[in-house]
Amino acid sequence: MEWETVIGLEIHVQLNTKSKIFSSALTKYGKKPNSQACAVDLGLPGVLPVLNIEAVNKAIRFGVSINAHINKCNIFDRKNYFYPDLPKGYQISQMDWPIVGKGKIEIILGNQTKVIGITRAHLEEDAGKSIHDMFDDNTAIDLNRAGIPLLEIVSEPDISSAKEAVAYTKKVHTLVQYIDICDGNMQEGSFRFDVNISIRPKGQKELGIRTELKNINSFKFLERAINFEVKRQKDVLEDSEKVVQETRLYDSVKNETRSMRLKEETNDYRYFPDPDLLPVEISNELLEKVKQTLPELPDQKKIRFVTELGLSEYDADVLISQKSLADYFEVMLENNIVNAKLCANWVMGELSAALNKYQINIQNSPITAQSLSLLISRISDDTISVKTAKDVFKYMWDSKNSADEIIRVKGLKQMTNMVEIEVIIEQVIANSTLQVSQFKLGNNKILGFFIGKIMKLTSGKVNPKQVNKLLRKKLL
Amino acid sequence: MSLSENQVSQIAHLACLSLNEAELKDNTQNLNAISSLVEQLANIETDSVEPMSHPLHMFQRLREDVVSEKEQLALFQSIAPEIRNGYYLVPTVIK
Repeated sequence: MEWETVIGLEIHVQLNTKSKIFSSALTKYGKKPNSQACAVDLGLPGVLPVLNIEAVNKAIRFGVSINAHINKCNIFDRKNYFYPDLPKGYQISQMDWPIVGKGKIEIILGNQTKVIGITRAHLEEDAGKSIHDMFDDNTAIDLNRAGIPLLEIVSEPDISSAKEAVAYTKKVHTLVQYIDICDGNMQEGSFRFDVNISIRPKGQKELGIRTELKNINSFKFLERAINFEVKRQKDVLEDSEKVVQETRLYDSVKNETRSMRLKEETNDYRYFPDPDLLPVEISNELLEKVKQTLPELPDQKKIRFVTELGLSEYDADVLISQKSLADYFEVMLENNIVNAKLCANWVMGELSAALNKYQINIQNSPITAQSLSLLISRISDDTISVKTAKDVFKYMWDSKNSADEIIRVKGLKQMTNMVEIEVIIEQVIANSTLQVSQFKLGNNKILGFFIGKIMKLTSGKVNPKQVNKLLRKKLL
Repeated sequence: MSLSENQVSQIAHLACLSLNEAELKDNTQNLNAISSLVEQLANIETDSVEPMSHPLHMFQRLREDVVSEKEQLALFQSIAPEIRNGYYLVPTVIK
């Protein structure tokens, strides 16, 4: 039987505010356990939550960037459940009136575009962390993360493969960094997913029974987990058994999903409006202000790179995929807009390769955008050849000296004195009578021999194009 | 609407309360008395009233994103039943 996969995703985006969503405690990652959990975060009696305006602004920024409906009046609810890393016994979240309503995100797969519907995005507080393997006889609780603002972005079940899920999550990951609402750090859990997966016979309208995979924090694991789970569900259904609706854990070491074997009970969170928090009003004024401060979005940047700079779609996609990469490229263009294509090639080629090799972030690149831009200018104004430029790049990487400094000290400048070049060419021709006669018999390939000789004599400091032209003239 | 003992027992379970049989009976009775009081509201004409989430007709005042809390780890941990290396300890959740 042919099956069809249906996937819905919940993305948890940690908002990069300085203080927590309902308290004035610090939100830094990696601090001493519980050192930034204040009385509000601990849920001590008598405390009152007070909403952080930046969490609201950042949620609106996301909504506006995907053209979503913004609920002018939105409400916080209590989601009740018991777990030791949730000291209040409820999580403050939004149920019926989330801040961001329906919107959509377009993804590209090969030559095809597909629209993924966004159901909603709501604000909530993160829970603390339970550490089960630190002590033998107890579970350890760190509440530093409790109260960090989260924006939970819920998609429609419009995703139909692991590849689409990865394209969608990558697109959101890029977007939240562009609009500066999240640092995007997946190792630190700033961006993580819950995936709902079901399959149904192709063409059937009714949805199959779904399972949920929680807390996945890498694109690679997302793809593998979905592929595993889809295959598992197929095997179950093809054996005429039933898929059990449950939460499953993805084990990245064994590459499998397994039931968390919790006693199945209905997810009854008994939501009700939080009496501690009044409704939040989003004024037209605030909405306008956020719209006006929205930076250029990745899709807009891509269109500009293609139409104004003449880059290929592929190049534009690579450059916009990370904000830091696009930023670097754009600084290069400040003095070098005519060489946009050449700049793009160098960022994606030499620079990316070197950064990758030494595992360095582009923000910490030993070669700044301005210095790389200068090197590109020295190629385009014929001071050095591309081949020499690659050597200069290596020197720049190691020494942090400017391209001009290196070209001067190492004497790498191309020869521009035509008379000098002609003398060398004539000298090579005079010493290669055999090759000259071969050329005259129609062997064009022999030109390479001459150019090689000339390059050697000039230590590669001549422009190959120029030499080629002169050489042909002299040989004929 | 009246609650059955089964429903009350389920609610108690979700709230991590253990009720013995007498308490279950007692609580069911009490909750039903409360819910019948609330049921009187159903007799009021509310079609033209917008649902509200809060009795005050006000919006929330927001806080600037400023860190003002000082670390008070020692003070908070002094009232915790059990701590180790800065962590709060609870009975093992997952074996």
